[in-house]
Amino acid sequence: MALRLTASAIDARYGAVRALNGASIFVESGETVVLLGTNGNGKSTLMKCLMGLVRPVSGSITLEVDGVTHDLTRLPTEEIVGLGVALVPEGRRLFPKLTVEENLMLGAYRRSARERTAANLSFAYDAFPVLAERRKQLAGTMSGGQQQMLAIARALMSSPRLLLVDEPSVGLSPLLVSQTITKIEELKTRFGLTVLMAEQNFHQAVRIADRGYVIVHGEIAFEGKTVDELRSNEIVKQLYLGGA
Amino acid sequence: MRSVPFLIGAAVFLTAAVTAAFVVRNEYVFFAGFVILQFIVLATAWNILGGYAGYVNFGTSAFVGVGIYTAVAVFKYAGAPLYLQMLAAAAVGAALGLGVGLLTLRLRGIFFSIATVAVTIIAETLITNWKFVGGATGVQLLRPPPTAPFESYIKMLFVVVAVLVVIAVALARYIQLSGVGRGLRAVRDDEVAAECSGVPTLKLKLLACAISGALMSAAGAPAAMYLQFADPVSAFNLNYSVSALAMSLIGGTAHWIGPVLGAILLATTQQFLTVTISSEVNVLVLGVMLVLFVVGAPDGIIGLAKRAWQRWGRR
Repeated sequence: MALRLTASAIDARYGAVRALNGASIFVESGETVVLLGTNGNGKSTLMKCLMGLVRPVSGSITLEVDGVTHDLTRLPTEEIVGLGVALVPEGRRLFPKLTVEENLMLGAYRRSARERTAANLSFAYDAFPVLAERRKQLAGTMSGGQQQMLAIARALMSSPRLLLVDEPSVGLSPLLVSQTITKIEELKTRFGLTVLMAEQNFHQAVRIADRGYVIVHGEIAFEGKTVDELRSNEIVKQLYLGGA
Repeated sequence: MRSVPFLIGAAVFLTAAVTAAFVVRNEYVFFAGFVILQFIVLATAWNILGGYAGYVNFGTSAFVGVGIYTAVAVFKYAGAPLYLQMLAAAAVGAALGLGVGLLTLRLRGIFFSIATVAVTIIAETLITNWKFVGGATGVQLLRPPPTAPFESYIKMLFVVVAVLVVIAVALARYIQLSGVGRGLRAVRDDEVAAECSGVPTLKLKLLACAISGALMSAAGAPAAMYLQFADPVSAFNLNYSVSALAMSLIGGTAHWIGPVLGAILLATTQQFLTVTISSEVNVLVLGVMLVLFVVGAPDGIIGLAKRAWQRWGRR
């Protein structure tokens, strides 16, 4: 069950604006890696590049699954999902006018995931009982916390092995942020996931991280091989901990 | 077994259409009925892309015109019978839908809609400059005798379009209930999220575009034999685009029955007004009804019925 995601020297642009400037990261089986950075530094762009939603101008992105290497820069998004990568997008991006259950069913749209739809649906309802209660409710009418839970549950419906989570804390109260982060860790253990999470909430993110990267102006400014390295780093102190 | 009532309904409808063709004497009924049925197909086809996927298409008239001229071309070239004219039109319509889709479906929202207007203009210009099918002056066609057991060509056209209605509505209904419909609704709600969930958005949109285009062109094709004349200005008339859109919106886009109801209501009203008042008034009526529904019942007749049903259920 070996898995390794490698992005190296990624350059990405929106028109003339450079969003990523030679960013390189990797994630290996069983890890929880955090991508730390404040707003506008390229976290989401990097996540989108990994999913094929934004195509890098240069650099390579490969995913090794069980000894086979796939070039993600050439695959359409739906095939990347088919390889076992799922994204919980920033701002949740649910289908607001569809019901909770329809949202979940759409997460299992890939043919490879359809056989396991029933099993995954009961896992999802088991992991998030609130979704089971509200299965017929329109997704857009739920609270922010519930919507975040649904977004995560929807991503799990494709039976992913690598879960990308983009800023789960956006728009949530501190208590809900903490609950969401705890939930991600719980799901990781339960489903044997590998997690890459982009976050700006340093304290919450490092709680479940094995290691991490700090991204500044589209470049990886620091790579912390342990959580302690992240905590003691000067850039991190400057950005998050109010140090000089 | 959700399909049983639908199948019974379709059988009753077809039986009624065929029976009418042999019982009713007045030919005018079939002249008017043909137009109404044609609009049911057009609105249903429009809704597959415009309603389910939320891609508003202003190019219905391009597909109708291309359907008419495909029929004209294969008739003039090889004397092809009606059903071959329609099959050829459906094939060309599907190919055009696919082509237009490949070129325009990367555009979203209003930009896609504008691109579809351009398709009409391009298609009309091409036909206007194609001498074989008569160019700008149009072409006169001589109808062959009707196939037995039909005694008049108009009655035969009426029954043929009735069959097309059943095919179109059955397709739309199948799409709505299948995974394809679920995928298209996801595209309508949030296309990026759909992609993230592994929905093959581009493939689904292309499929919707091709099916929608094939049905529109197939519905256009019999108009050549109906009028025994074709000219670019009326074949590519913008009225087709506006009507198909208005009928779907007035009926309601969420369910396959919406465009059917909208088309019956609007096309019948228009036919009635054309006879009783004037053919100019019916365009005005279309506009007024569209405004009334957008303001008063944004989910169309289906939305109204749903609300009434809920109110009735609460009592």
